[in-house]
This record gives sequence, structure tokens and C-alpha cells, in this order.
Amino acid sequence: MNINFTLIAQAIAFAVLIWFTVKFVWPPLLTAIEARQKEIADGLAAAQEGKSALEVAAKKSETTLNEAKQKATEIIGQAEKRAAQIIDEAKGNAKAEGDRIIAGAKAEIDQEVNRAKEGLRAQVSTLAVAGAEKILRKEIDAKAHSEMLAKLAAEL
Amino acid sequence: MTTEHAQNVELTPSEYIAHHLSFNAQGVNGNTASEGFWVLHYDTLLTSVVLGLLVMGLIWWVARGATAGVPSKRQAFVELVFGFVDDQVKNIFHGDRHSFIAPTALTVFIWVLAMNSMDFLPVDWVAGIVSFFGGEHAKWRIVPTSDINTTFALALAVWFLMIFFSIKAKGLGGWIHELFCAPFGSNPLVWPANFLFNLIEYVSKPLSHSLRLFGNMYAGEIIFLLLGMWAATGLSGTVFGAILGAGWSIFHILIVALQAFIFMMLTVVYLAMAHESH
Repeated sequence: MNINFTLIAQAIAFAVLIWFTVKFVWPPLLTAIEARQKEIADGLAAAQEGKSALEVAAKKSETTLNEAKQKATEIIGQAEKRAAQIIDEAKGNAKAEGDRIIAGAKAEIDQEVNRAKEGLRAQVSTLAVAGAEKILRKEIDAKAHSEMLAKLAAEL
Repeated sequence: MTTEHAQNVELTPSEYIAHHLSFNAQGVNGNTASEGFWVLHYDTLLTSVVLGLLVMGLIWWVARGATAGVPSKRQAFVELVFGFVDDQVKNIFHGDRHSFIAPTALTVFIWVLAMNSMDFLPVDWVAGIVSFFGGEHAKWRIVPTSDINTTFALALAVWFLMIFFSIKAKGLGGWIHELFCAPFGSNPLVWPANFLFNLIEYVSKPLSHSLRLFGNMYAGEIIFLLLGMWAATGLSGTVFGAILGAGWSIFHILIVALQAFIFMMLTVVYLAMAHESH
């Protein structure tokens, strides 16, 4: 257990080893580890960011979907309303047209009736004159009684 | 192993122990004296330097190719050690640890751990290999930390660093002021007491730092030697010596790692304390 020059030699060896570690061993390890730590921290931050972005996007898509649904409902409502309106309009038009057609037909019928009446009247007067002629023969002058016959025909 | 040894030379137990506990010492100036100050323990020095170069070189080799991406298993292991040391230093020292203190702690931990681990090598194998190359009376103590020169060298280096950082952090005046004015106050009446306290602290720090490690490793070595001696007494001695040797080795794993850790922690604590002013 004697102290001797070995102590000095060991101290020098120790100093050299410390110098070596300080200079060559510690810095590259520290650099590598710190770079990796930073990378991991960045990665985690990015993941967090992505997560929050996803949340925002999900929320946004939900609102958009809701809006679209609302709009669709609105459009459907409007369309239904419009359809009802169109149907009502068509109904009105059809009724008016029908009324018009009916009115036209009635007028025509009236006209036909009048015409038939006219024809019948003329024929009746002719028939009356012919009958009267047959009954009276010579006694009746067509010319002299035509006025009376016309009056008669008008009364029929 | 021990039996072989005993066959070659008839060794008494005390000679066996003495042989295992003597250094390969040679004088620095060419003289062969193994006493006095100008003597070098070649075994201690060579073993520790080779181990230091080996372990720090390994770490350097891995550190040189360190990538910030996915680390290889080798790099992951080195980073595990790095992170362990760095965490310990971070908890104790709150300054720029990366410029000096943390690398120093890593050096101390790895180097002392490697030197302590030499204790796992069977003592008589080492003796056998050495006598094979260097002759019967060649001596080689394989555990550098069971040489008090090593532990004192480390502790004193830390001690000087401690004073250096103390002066660097507080200035020469601040350091001297602290020597006389802490811990009791700046009243001139308590200056002697303060100085005495600081003196005792400055003396006891390197002593406890170095002797703790030395004592543990030296005691471990002695136990292995005693067990080895038992193994030379016969069959039952060999069996029980082997069993107890295995048990002591397993327990020694704890001691080796723990003492390296304690040595590192004390180094960090002393250097951190030097940065604090009272």
C-alpha cells in the first residue's frame, strides 16, 4: 500500500481519458440523441396537429352535411309547393277550358236548334201552304195570302 | 488451478497471498528498487490504460457512427449508458453539464467499472497466464482499483478539478472568502472554526472518495484469494471453494457496479458542490 509514481501516471491517464471523452465521445452521442429527441417531439407535435385538424374537418363536414340536408328539405318543400301550384293552375286552366268548350258547345247547340227551328218553320209554312192549297185549291191565291202565311210561319 | 500452482512450488498460504498481492513494480530511473516514490506499478498502469482505451475506444467507435435515426442495438446500448449517466448528472448539477462534468462522469463510471470488473477473472488464471509468459515469479495484479495509487489518482484529480471549478465559479477571492466565512458566518471570531471545518472537508473528501473504492475492491480480492487457498487443501475444499467462489462472484457483480456508480456520483457531487456558493 505504498504511494508512488504510479499515482501520477494514473492521474495523467485519467486526464487523457477525460479529454478524449469530452472531445470525441460525448459530443456525437449528445448530437445524435438530441436530434432524435427533437425529431420525436416534432413528430408528436405534428401528430397532435393532425389530430386537431381532423377534428376540425369532421366538425366542418358535419355542419356542411347538416346544411345540405336542410337545403334539400327546403328544396323538396319548395318543389312540392310548386307542384301543388302547377296542379292547381292546371286544374284552373282545365276548368276554364272545359267551361269555354261547354259554352261553345251550348252556343252551337242553340244555333243548331235555331237553325232547325228556322228550317222546320219554313217547312211547316210550306207544308201548311201545301195543305191549304190541297184543301182550298183555287180559292187561295198564293200571292194574296203569302203575307198572312209568312205571319203564320213567324208565329210557329 | 491453485493445485497446479501448488505442485510447481511449495507455497505456504502467506506466500501465496503475498505473491498475489505484490505489484509488478519497477523503478522509474532504471533502478530495480520496489520501494520509495520513483517506482511504477506496471501491472496497474498497463491494465488500467489498456482497459481505458478499450472501453472508451468502443464507445467512441459507436459514437462516431451514431445516427439520429433508428439506432442499432449497439448504439442503443451505448445510449442507455449515456442516458443513465446524463440523468444522474442532470439531477445533481444545474449548469452546462455537457461541456465537462457529464463526460467526466461517463469516463469515471465506465473506466472504474471496467477496472473493477477485472475482479471477476479467476485470480489464479491470471497468475497462471502471467507465469507462463513471465516466469514463475512474475507478478501481475489484475485489478487496478485495488491499487491505492489508482484510486488516489482519480480522487486527487477530482479534488484538483473541484478546487479549479470552485475558483472558476467564485473567483479566487470568493473561494478564499468561503474558506473562512462558511459555514458559520463571516464574523472574524469564527474564522478559525470555519477554516478548520473546510480544511477537514477538503482532506476528507479525497480520502473517503478513494479509500471507499480501494477498500471494497481490495477486500473482494482478498476473499477470492482465501477461497482459492481453500481450494488447494483438497477435494472438499475445492468443491466448497468453487461454490462459495461462485456465490461471492455473483455478489461481487453488485459491488463492482455499485462502487463504480458511487465513485461516479461522488465525483459529480463534489464537482457540483464546487459550483455552488454558500
